[in-house]
Amino acid sequence: MYQTTYHRPSSVDEAVALFGKGNDAKYLSGGQTLIPVMKQRLASPSDVIDLARIKELIGVDVSGDTVTIKAATPHYEVAQNSALQKAIPALAHLASHIGDPAVRHRGTIGGSLANNDPSADYPSAVLALGATIKTNKRSIAADDFFKGLFATALEDGEIITAVAFPVPAKAGYAKFPHPASRFALTGVFVAKTRSGDVRVAATGASQNGVMRVAAIEAALKANWSASALANVTIAASGLMSDIHGSADYRANLIKVMAERAVTAAG
Amino acid sequence: MSTVKLTVNGRAVSADVEDRTLLVHLLRDHLNLTGTHVGCDTSQCGACTVHLDGRAVKSCTMLAAQAAGSSVTTIEGIAKGDELHPMQAAFRDNHGLQCGFCTPGMIMASIDIVHRHGGKLDETTVRHELEGNICRCTGYHNIVKAVLDAAGHMKVAQAAE
Repeated sequence: MYQTTYHRPSSVDEAVALFGKGNDAKYLSGGQTLIPVMKQRLASPSDVIDLARIKELIGVDVSGDTVTIKAATPHYEVAQNSALQKAIPALAHLASHIGDPAVRHRGTIGGSLANNDPSADYPSAVLALGATIKTNKRSIAADDFFKGLFATALEDGEIITAVAFPVPAKAGYAKFPHPASRFALTGVFVAKTRSGDVRVAATGASQNGVMRVAAIEAALKANWSASALANVTIAASGLMSDIHGSADYRANLIKVMAERAVTAAG
Repeated sequence: MSTVKLTVNGRAVSADVEDRTLLVHLLRDHLNLTGTHVGCDTSQCGACTVHLDGRAVKSCTMLAAQAAGSSVTTIEGIAKGDELHPMQAAFRDNHGLQCGFCTPGMIMASIDIVHRHGGKLDETTVRHELEGNICRCTGYHNIVKAVLDAAGHMKVAQAAE
């Protein structure tokens, strides 16, 4: 790891001010991606600004038809929150299958979304549930947030403060995990909104990161069941191909994971 | 350089380290607590697992500075004098190790698993929860047996206290 300067601000405002002073600063949340990347010398920020202990960024709030997860809440706390488990069980299930227990004790939803790894779990839930990403400056709809591999709508220095999820009528998540890293080789989140709309998002599949899957959405809107997907075919064009799986394999995984997710959603 | 103050195995410690120093290097190189191992160094193997404020974390995947103000427990801090921690004893009784390299991380992760699940632990849960700890010797079978064995003893010990 190259030299860096560590900062621990106590508020979002202080963090933003520190970011402005650094010539190449980076925010550090759970650090389960940034620290490994810095160790490999693929990132060499002049300053790291630790957000993980800022009290206003930690906590889960469930009220009425919205679940709000503050950005520096670790995955473990999300998975364990009983009100959240009741409101959106699929989201608790997803959080309980990110990485491994030690990763879940440190990693955070804000860090995951700001990084936007194409195989991360959370982006699929955020996109399928039509969540809103709240920052220190504004609110961004999920449909406008994800901008391709490791790219988001966030501006330089902008901090995600919370994510607000509308409680769906039904939702499910299924992933085929990479055997070592537990990242999604492909994962699919299916959601039926309370107004009857169906949104489906796949992670770990597209070359452009998390994506909606229109063919599955149409089939599930007509008939919310795994059997409705029997005749759906997913095109392999634009999907990732690597040593872990070809584009054709991932195309099939999208369908199979969607079937499992719908079954889990009930 | 920064002065990092934290509690390690119940003892207040202070160390002057570079900001880029990882927690595992603070433990091993500055405090000479070499029971915590560096295995893969890519956040996957879990040999470096310690407890941070009671929760299992990978000490190779956080800066020492991030742990400032926290309480860290390492493999050196769990026995009571000559009396092994029930998890250590169970690993010995069940032959839960061969070369022993992964064992400190396995034991710290496993104690955390028992703390979180209490008496409701079954084999499937143990195997899922040990996904972050890699062993190249035992095929995991005796490790899982050891964790389940220790969970029983830890429950009895807790009830006796």
